[in-house]
Amino acid sequence: MEIAVLRDITRVYRSGKLSVEALRGIDLTVREGEFTSIMGASGSGKSTLMNILGCLDKPSGGSYQLNGEDVSKFNKDKLASVRNQTLGFVFQSFHLLPRTSALENVELPLIYSEKNLSWKQIHKMAKEALEIVGLGDRIKHTPNELSGGQQQRVAIARALVSKPGLLLADEPTGNLDSRTSLELIELFQRLNRDGLTVLMVTHEPDVARFSERIVTLRDGLIRSDKKIEPRDAVEALANWKDEEDIELINEGY
Amino acid sequence: MKWSAVPYVAVKALQRNRMRTLLTALGIIIGVAAVITMVGLGQGASSEVQEQVNRLGQNVVLVFPGARQLGGVSIGGGSANTLTTEDARALREEIPEVIAASPEVRSQRLIVYGNRNWQTRVYGQSHDYLQIRQWPIESGRMYTEEEVERSALVAVVGQTIVEELFEGSDPIGETIRIRGIPIEIIGILSVKGMSLMGSVQDDIVLIPYTTAFQRVSGRSHAMVINIQVYNEESMDIAQAKITDLLRERHGLAPYQENDFTVQTQEDVAQAATETSRIMTWLLASIAGVSLFVGGIGIMNVMLVSVTERTREVGLRLAVGARSPDVLLQFLIEAVVLCLLGGIGGIILGLFATEMIASYAGWPALFSTEAMIVAVTVSAAVGVFFGFYPAWKASRLDPIVALRSE
Repeated sequence: MEIAVLRDITRVYRSGKLSVEALRGIDLTVREGEFTSIMGASGSGKSTLMNILGCLDKPSGGSYQLNGEDVSKFNKDKLASVRNQTLGFVFQSFHLLPRTSALENVELPLIYSEKNLSWKQIHKMAKEALEIVGLGDRIKHTPNELSGGQQQRVAIARALVSKPGLLLADEPTGNLDSRTSLELIELFQRLNRDGLTVLMVTHEPDVARFSERIVTLRDGLIRSDKKIEPRDAVEALANWKDEEDIELINEGY
Repeated sequence: MKWSAVPYVAVKALQRNRMRTLLTALGIIIGVAAVITMVGLGQGASSEVQEQVNRLGQNVVLVFPGARQLGGVSIGGGSANTLTTEDARALREEIPEVIAASPEVRSQRLIVYGNRNWQTRVYGQSHDYLQIRQWPIESGRMYTEEEVERSALVAVVGQTIVEELFEGSDPIGETIRIRGIPIEIIGILSVKGMSLMGSVQDDIVLIPYTTAFQRVSGRSHAMVINIQVYNEESMDIAQAKITDLLRERHGLAPYQENDFTVQTQEDVAQAATETSRIMTWLLASIAGVSLFVGGIGIMNVMLVSVTERTREVGLRLAVGARSPDVLLQFLIEAVVLCLLGGIGGIILGLFATEMIASYAGWPALFSTEAMIVAVTVSAAVGVFFGFYPAWKASRLDPIVALRSE
């Protein structure tokens, strides 16, 4: 079943007389249970595509069906509701509230939920989400008491807490070292195997290799869209050697 | 959005920046404290004025002679010779609420001491006149009831007389002459200052009214009877009894009008209280200005806070907050900040009022109304000055906000 269907999506930025076509007609279908990577150089339009997929931005043309609804026609408040109920976001720079406990950070989307949850339910759901990402014992910690990888796990728990159909991750490993990145990818793979649809933007081929589908963008158009046999992160972690880190450094990463 | 989360989120946000919260609230604290203090002191001063009016004579009733009827035509209040010294005596003796009554007769007389002289007011009064006026003796003594009875040639003089006639030297035991009659000075009055009407009250010679009637003024009837009533609660009943007794003594038939007028000092007191009330409002408005300045401080800090927390706003929008949710969040934050300031201001204000009042020797009056008004106003300041920054936050574009550093 399709979760997100994009048809001929365009996005034009206008400033004065100048107009830039960031997306020039994207056709993309994301099916339930997929783990997709979107790759591309900077300026290829992948961030713009991510914003549109995440209902943070509206396309200039084309249609976007999310869970069977054409969200390209929704107003601001309805889009906010879609973001709250249907989507989960993970950002490169975590975006956690400072001096606020992991639990409260994870509770944030539930506060804006229209489901009228009790505080008891909210605490319970947030705790469960933190347990899923392996931080059940860190719920009282504030972001500055957590490592980068742990902070990103809190962010993932926050994205999962409202049980979204689609998880959008924008360069989730961009601020992490390779070992921690791999651990995080392992988490994504595990969540994906449990049925979560994951869509991840990355510019690192090493990271993209763990997903099962790679979509490459260039100049606002899809250049390639191919299925691959994903690497298994558990296996990669088992065979992890510290030298790999050094190799990566030598290669210029 | 979950409503119970709104104040919680606001308090959390304020906790994250304690020092700034405190400093911003300080503006409101000072503003509210100023209002509370000014109103408190104003009301204290007002009661102080009341006190001073009372000192002119507490629970004083004045009886003036009425208008004389001449062939059916009234020829003016106070012109009739209807009040006698016997009336005064009867008032004191027959009405239990009346604790002092002094028949008064005034005359302008030249008083002579050695080769100096001075034109002054000579008052004939009873021995309890100073009690009615709450006017203490500075040195020497007041004449006694017995001296009044036998029309003794004694006098008590005010400070002006001491300065003008005796050039500051002690006049007690000296003899002055009024219309050639030798009168011995036995006491000096303490300084009373200006009256509410602006005349110098210390330019005065007090002699027994018997002496005044018989030898100095050439009058036979009292110009006014000064009466002191036991307490404030008895004022109304005392006035009624005075009226009844005087009507009876003057043999007035029910159809006849009073041939005298009964007055109290209540009117004077009211006027003075009104003045200090205006003063209170004036002070409170000045204090209100400082509250306004505090409000501008709130606005400034909230604007900074919105700019600083752009990323937070972006995140909230991304996870599903709608614009009104963000607006409400920042608005409530400003209101909570102002309310904290309001409560702090009340505490500081009460403290300051107490301090200043004890320093100035005024009674400190804490007005519940002023506190309620102060809290309401500070919440309103929060809404008013918090709205623009909150509106600005709610207009942010989530993509831009998330990307800001």
